[in-house]
Amino acid sequence: MNTPPYVTGSSSVNLIMLKVLLALVPGIAAYVWVFGGGILVTLTLASLTALLSEAAMLKLRERPVKPFLMDGSALVTAWLLALALPPLAPWWLVVVGTLFAIVIAKQLYGGLGYNPFNPAMVGYAVLLISFPAIMTQWPAPLVLAKVQLGFADQLHYIFGSTLPDGVLVDAISSATPLDYLKTQLKLQHGVVEIAQAPIFGVLGGKGGEIVVGAYLLGGLYLLQQRIMSWHIPVAFLLALAAVSGVAHLADPDHYAGSLFHLFSGATMLCAFFIATDPVSGPTTPTGKLIFAASIGVLTWLIRTWGGYPDGVAFAVLLLNLCVPLIDAYTQPRVFGHGSKHND
Amino acid sequence: MPARLVLPLRQHAGNLAKPAVAVGDLVFKGQLVAAAEGAISSAVHAPTSGRIVDFSEQPIPHYSGLTDWCLTLESDGEDAWTDLEAVDWRAADPDTLRRRIQAAGVVGLGGAVFPSHVKLRPHPDRKFRKLILNGAECEPFITCDDMLMRERAAGILRGAAIMMQLLGAGKCLVGIEDNKPQAIAAMEAAARSSGLNVEVVPVPTLYPGGGAKQLIRVLTGKEVPSHKFSTEFGVQCFNVATAWTLHRALEFGEPVISRIVTVTGSVRTPRNFEALLGTPVADLVAAAGGTLPETDHLVMGGPMMGVTLDSDRLPVVKAMNCIIAASPQLFPPKPPAMPCIRCARCAEVCPVDLQPQELYWFAKSDNFEKARVYNLFDCIECGCCDYVCPSRIPLVQYYRYAKSEIIALDKAKQAADLARERNEFRLARIEREKQERAAKHAQKAAGAKAETAGDDARKAAIAAAMERAKAQKAEVVPQNTGNLASSVEAEIAEIDARRAQAASAQEKQEV
Repeated sequence: MNTPPYVTGSSSVNLIMLKVLLALVPGIAAYVWVFGGGILVTLTLASLTALLSEAAMLKLRERPVKPFLMDGSALVTAWLLALALPPLAPWWLVVVGTLFAIVIAKQLYGGLGYNPFNPAMVGYAVLLISFPAIMTQWPAPLVLAKVQLGFADQLHYIFGSTLPDGVLVDAISSATPLDYLKTQLKLQHGVVEIAQAPIFGVLGGKGGEIVVGAYLLGGLYLLQQRIMSWHIPVAFLLALAAVSGVAHLADPDHYAGSLFHLFSGATMLCAFFIATDPVSGPTTPTGKLIFAASIGVLTWLIRTWGGYPDGVAFAVLLLNLCVPLIDAYTQPRVFGHGSKHND
Repeated sequence: MPARLVLPLRQHAGNLAKPAVAVGDLVFKGQLVAAAEGAISSAVHAPTSGRIVDFSEQPIPHYSGLTDWCLTLESDGEDAWTDLEAVDWRAADPDTLRRRIQAAGVVGLGGAVFPSHVKLRPHPDRKFRKLILNGAECEPFITCDDMLMRERAAGILRGAAIMMQLLGAGKCLVGIEDNKPQAIAAMEAAARSSGLNVEVVPVPTLYPGGGAKQLIRVLTGKEVPSHKFSTEFGVQCFNVATAWTLHRALEFGEPVISRIVTVTGSVRTPRNFEALLGTPVADLVAAAGGTLPETDHLVMGGPMMGVTLDSDRLPVVKAMNCIIAASPQLFPPKPPAMPCIRCARCAEVCPVDLQPQELYWFAKSDNFEKARVYNLFDCIECGCCDYVCPSRIPLVQYYRYAKSEIIALDKAKQAADLARERNEFRLARIEREKQERAAKHAQKAAGAKAETAGDDARKAAIAAAMERAKAQKAEVVPQNTGNLASSVEAEIAEIDARRAQAASAQEKQEV
């Protein structure tokens, strides 16, 4: 069919997804350095599950398999979910979460472009609610662990839930900084005192903050490549920093500071990789600001008073619900409409 | 010099021009062959001398490959001019000038071919008036305006002077894309020697900066409101080529019979031609050295909004700024479309600040009312959204589809409204007649009762009845198709059958 325009730009869905995956590489490298090679197993497992289930669903839905499998979106979902799970999560947890993300949250809603919710976050939320104990059991960063697990030991643990003889779970696991902060605050300890614990680093958690920094690096790459606009990361980070900062200033003993919130948990992953999912997010510039700032505030609220240590997943899913409304009310002024035509 | 020139009678926006010559007539170069019909219309002239050999519907360069009424002129090779009459435009009154402009076939040569005389009528309530000359090409690939400005800068500005007088404009801005330094230099030199208040302004080379409303925003910072003309805001915008033809039309009396056409793409020697209107496109392509081996079709206009031509026999028209010989290398086929991922890159590039992804959604789901609310009709179909879409969705096609559907629905609705009104009127009439009949019956009944009352009444009633019968008789329309012989009836039937046949044939033709 010969219809204008006859020329097309070089951008494509594959290229966008590929660059997102590329931007995750520094984070993954830091992850391996801090928590060991186990995450690579988790990533592989999630990727395989995602690709196979996506292919099966496309087949069932009688959609062309190859172009949709090659678009890379399933891999992005798999990687984000894998990175959000605790390192050394048992294999079946990874598989169940990925299956839920791809089959229910993505394909049953119509596949690429049609899912109202962020698939990775749906998978994560399902796992968090169903298996709270495993989901909050994080291994300590290698620098802090009493016992160092080798790669083979980590494999054993992932697939068989068995540790080397004489090693107890307690010896390799530790509370995450967000978790620790929450429980200690309940025990009437002050923030300053809590932050003296060895699991805290300069900005966030010891070790974890390096991974977070690497995510930030990847995110800056995506901004530079114009894969996404600045609106969502900036609004999210600013809002989170603002609410946590104000609370900290008002009552430093009960509320952790902005930097801690920015460099802990899934903050950076959310800012550049999760909240920025275009399919489940708003499209207008103002809408993006409202959406991301709301996620920031909600994340802080859940972290501070909610039942779970981190609040990113629920905040994102709740705001995904509001996207049609946000878009409808933030339509930009069209050229030649409204008040600006200065006569 | 082509042997045969095909001249469509609608080379402008508006009404079809009315033929002023008959088949067999001899015409001179520049002679009027079709006159403007109504206010929004323009004239067509013979591009060379020769004989009119045909007047029929022929294919024209059109998006849907439509046909339109065309005159065919067979050249006699003499190229003999008709008598040309220049106008002293400084002394002439504006209405005369506008009539002359219309009669000379001057229309916007940027591509929209809107009759220029209409745009040269200043808004009565506005004092501040600025003339803008558009020297930013419509699209990439096109260089005809660049060429014109380099070679005919002085003439363009003389045309601008006429425009300024007609509009009462105090200043003229010439917007030229900054990738045309030679054109800018030529125009600046001409501006200095013209004695006019002209400013040449380089504008960023950023498609679709050559759109009139876009250029006005760049040059004046003013946004012309949606569905309004810039005249109301004291600004008027013309293509440089239009200014040139205006200058020729008034100062030399030469009507518009040629234009500059860029021939580029997959041809051996891409270049600009001054081509007579009506020249077959194939002649221009041949003059550009012919097409390269892979060429598979021709495009009129640019790569973003151009029209695919069905044949290379189509004539050059006033709207034709560029011919691109297209090949799969030049215009690779679009890869299959993926679903929209709502990345909003389209919204970032939209020159009208629409939300193309929403419009696409509404158009795809036939949610036309929503598409209208989201200002679908502000879309200028520039194709930028299409170009950047990572899912390679043919967005402009969706918008065109939605627009045509909405227009069709509106027409259908108007027709339905009319039919409903008629029906309501008919029902009201039937009701009224019924009541009138009922009243009559009641009167009759009353009359019958009165009958028994006495002879006088009866006589009166009979007289009245006879009167009525007489009146009725008079009312009956005399018919000559009453008691006819069977042979005559057969003849009538035959005639009717022929009529029906002819009608259905005509219908087919129209379809």
